[in-house]
Amino acid sequence: MEFLITLVNGLSLGGIYAMIALGYTMVYGIAKMLNFAHGDIIMVGGYTVLLFLSVNPIVAIIASMIFCMLVGIVVEKFAYKPLRGASPLAVLITAIGVSFLLQSISQMIFGSAPKFIVIADLGILKIGELAIGYSTIITLACSVIVMIALSVFVKFSKTGRAMVAVSEDKGAAQLMGINVNSIITITFAIGSALAALASVFFLLKAPTMTPSFGSLPGIKAFTAAVIGGIGSIPGAMLGGLLLGIIECFAQAVPAISPYTDAIEFSILIVLLLVKPSGLLGKMRREKV
Amino acid sequence: MAENKFIAEDGREIVLRADHLCIQFGGLKAVDDVNLQIKQGELYGLIGPNGAGKTTVFNLLTGVYKPTSGRFYLCGEDLTGKAPAEVNKKGIARTFQNIRLFGKLTVLENVMVGLSNQIPCSMFESIFRLPRHKKSEAEYRKRAMELLEVFGLAEYSEHLACNLPYGKQRKLEIARAMATNPKLLLLDEPAAGMNPNETQELMDDITFIRQKFGITILLIEHDMRLVGGICEKVTVLNFGTELAKGETATVLNDPEVVKAYLGE
Repeated sequence: MEFLITLVNGLSLGGIYAMIALGYTMVYGIAKMLNFAHGDIIMVGGYTVLLFLSVNPIVAIIASMIFCMLVGIVVEKFAYKPLRGASPLAVLITAIGVSFLLQSISQMIFGSAPKFIVIADLGILKIGELAIGYSTIITLACSVIVMIALSVFVKFSKTGRAMVAVSEDKGAAQLMGINVNSIITITFAIGSALAALASVFFLLKAPTMTPSFGSLPGIKAFTAAVIGGIGSIPGAMLGGLLLGIIECFAQAVPAISPYTDAIEFSILIVLLLVKPSGLLGKMRREKV
Repeated sequence: MAENKFIAEDGREIVLRADHLCIQFGGLKAVDDVNLQIKQGELYGLIGPNGAGKTTVFNLLTGVYKPTSGRFYLCGEDLTGKAPAEVNKKGIARTFQNIRLFGKLTVLENVMVGLSNQIPCSMFESIFRLPRHKKSEAEYRKRAMELLEVFGLAEYSEHLACNLPYGKQRKLEIARAMATNPKLLLLDEPAAGMNPNETQELMDDITFIRQKFGITILLIEHDMRLVGGICEKVTVLNFGTELAKGETATVLNDPEVVKAYLGE
């Protein structure tokens, strides 16, 4: 019984990681950059929920997604776009800089003390011995819906096909009349909206928010994206779910629960030794 | 839009005109004073030894490189300095020397990417799956299938592009380029790596699409049999400059051209 509860909790947490990992992996696939400020978008999303919570929880969630989309677009336009074609290291450092910037701005506005953001108290579902929070079930359901919707969008829309085309060969895509800049903008917008949604689900699990909140989930989701094979959309989903399940099972065993984070990152190291391109990533053979 | 079209003496419209195109990479003049005039419906060849600057000319004409000096016009409209996507929308499409298909997309989807600018449907409509999205998706599929049928690729429509045999991949590249509805098609060594049968098939295809779409074609080729067989006019490049140009038969027998290719 406990096994089942842990599994559901793991899938639910994994769904959140997957949503964030999708942002990392899509941006990497299309803009060929690691957006280390992505985790902080989660935090921005959380504080935006706080601002609009007095209006209505649903309004707050939608406002948070829209605001994060805008932040993602603005960050891309002013921080990353001027560096198109620069060395990957310069872009990476810029991303870390943006991360600090977002954290500092939040600290100036909201202070460094944790804020309590209770979106809704959803209660607990009891079936006999089983007790699972409704929030866990809703998170799981929503993340599955989001993943399916995104897959359908990528497969069956003009923009989705253009995204795949750009991630495969930017030059050829441009020569087929695809505006690469607008595809990159759209990718950042989608990734950031997913990060905002992830922050909502984190708040349902534990209603506190600090300016550095995004760091750890950001790093974990990045780990999930790498485990699944960075650049691969199904890979990010698989990696996220796996990482969530591993985390919940590790926490459920008292002897190893203090080492949960260490276990997760060790799995990443071992996996990279065995399969450097990640579970679903494709091996890139350099042509000479 | 096309207020100042160029018209040749025989009354046909000049689709592509390039005036004094030059590009310099550091101290190297890769393309030096290249002039082209290609008339509506013409099949024009661009030949020359390896490293002569042929592909560089293509990169200039598609906006990948900006010329150091010189301009080029498509149907009278100046396209110098425009971005590749913009040049494509204006009507120049190309294929690549080393095939650059979207390998993870299916054959049909590759052509649908090429059709992107032909059918209006915004992302907003796609996300919320409004009626126009459904209609446009159906329209995309229909148009893409029509093109695949023209190129004899319909039966492979659901295969991944990377799994097609080599000759078919070359054909698919042409189909994808044609999907962008170009006025001018640039073919970069379409017969590279093909056996004589495949080359013959390719020649037939090129003749066929000229008849069917009335398209103007500029092609780079090493296979002299193909050039002699289908090109009406050629320009020979050597070390980035024009060595000779004119009617194919005359040019190919020019002693200077033979020397450039075979040495003395």
